[in-house]
Amino acid sequence: MNRVVITGMGIWSCLGVTLDEVRQSLYEGKSGIIKSQERVDAGFRSPFTANVPRPDLKPFIGRNQRQFMPEEAQYAYMATKDALEAARMDMDYIDSHEVGIIYGNDSVAEATMIALDKFRNLGSTAACGSGAIFQSMNSTVTMNLACLFHLKGINLTASAACASGSQSIGLGALLIRNGLQECVVCGGAQEANMYGVASFDGIQSFALRDDNDATKASRPFDRDRNGLVPGGGAATVILESYESAVRRGAPILAEIVGWGFSGNGDHISTPNVAGPARSLELCLKDAGVNPKEIGYVNAHATSTKIGDAREAQAIAQFFGECNVPVTSTKSQTGHEMWMAGASEIIYSMLMMKNGFIAGNVNFEYPDEETACINVLGETKEIAFDQFLSNSFGFGGTNSTLIVKNL
Amino acid sequence: MTKNEIIEQVNELLANEFEVEVTDITPEANVKETLMLDSLSLVDMVALLQANYKITIPVNELHQIQSFDDLYNYIEQHMPA
Repeated sequence: MNRVVITGMGIWSCLGVTLDEVRQSLYEGKSGIIKSQERVDAGFRSPFTANVPRPDLKPFIGRNQRQFMPEEAQYAYMATKDALEAARMDMDYIDSHEVGIIYGNDSVAEATMIALDKFRNLGSTAACGSGAIFQSMNSTVTMNLACLFHLKGINLTASAACASGSQSIGLGALLIRNGLQECVVCGGAQEANMYGVASFDGIQSFALRDDNDATKASRPFDRDRNGLVPGGGAATVILESYESAVRRGAPILAEIVGWGFSGNGDHISTPNVAGPARSLELCLKDAGVNPKEIGYVNAHATSTKIGDAREAQAIAQFFGECNVPVTSTKSQTGHEMWMAGASEIIYSMLMMKNGFIAGNVNFEYPDEETACINVLGETKEIAFDQFLSNSFGFGGTNSTLIVKNL
Repeated sequence: MTKNEIIEQVNELLANEFEVEVTDITPEANVKETLMLDSLSLVDMVALLQANYKITIPVNELHQIQSFDDLYNYIEQHMPA
């Protein structure tokens, strides 16, 4: 069995588009959430969304390749370009080795809408544009990145709702551990436009505030939480076998020591406790790690009443006695959905490498069900060398990763 | 539309869509090379012309359009009155 290490990271987030920017934002408790008048005018119930900048890919990619890339593929490109550079992996290396890609994505709503609107309005399929079919497929991110970066290994999109990013890292690690791949680009991407989440707003899952203060809307674990805030962008981690990283002289940042997963087999949107608990348990077992050895838990917690409560109870089952610090970075970023599992690994890595835990912004008081865990409301300078990260998604899909500092 | 109006409008549409300089588009220049068209982006050019000039260009006739001058002439001849 091969050891699996992280050799590079790249991110395009509402907290920043470089690792330094993001680290600073985390430390300062900066919120990436704004109020969108556009959404209110269009008929959204909740006005809040993460403010994700739009990248300009023109300096890097010509029109003929760019036309295949919807918004989420563009975010993923920027994050991956940075991650490969950080991993000191150039095109010469990629051209002479087999590097794979498994990336999380679970929607292409706006791209599909634009293509089919053209078709329906003009009664012509050519009117959709030659890029439309490629933009309208869930696998658009891996399709585009594999071609742009000449990736010749595994080529696959993991769709597992809000666990997509985490599951993609777990799968990449599994292949490397078993010697089927030496290096896999893993991550998660999320379109940040309003069409991707219009029907999500429609089931009244999003946060509301009487004071309309966007920065206070996402409040995981807090007793006044009343819904999530949608976010987006992309995050990439380069996973490699330890041997390959050493051979290459690559920077070795951390090790993926465990991956756990489970299905709730229950309600499509409401999580139970048993399913997430099993994901945690399997991960701890896979890593051969005692809960006492975990210095920080990065929770999934999206700021919903029930979701946060169930997760708190699952975490308490294993970590209640050790009082391990728990936060949800979604308090600053909103729910990055298909990107979250990957971005939250990067947020946790930045904390671990820099000796702090970013406070769970807006956490003022727990309620009865979240009081069982130790949520940090303020940023604390704490050194830790191992963290656990949860991601849970609609349909009861759960994924948990444990990462150790090297 | 006069021939010159067609030329100016077509040049601007194509320069914009395919991200080339308008000044690169000259009557004798080769359409595919100048606009860097591959088989997929060729579809986009045909769709653009269809939307703006209400003309369809069948594949066998498309082969005969080499230069921009050929293109302007084709549009002028096939545009509905």
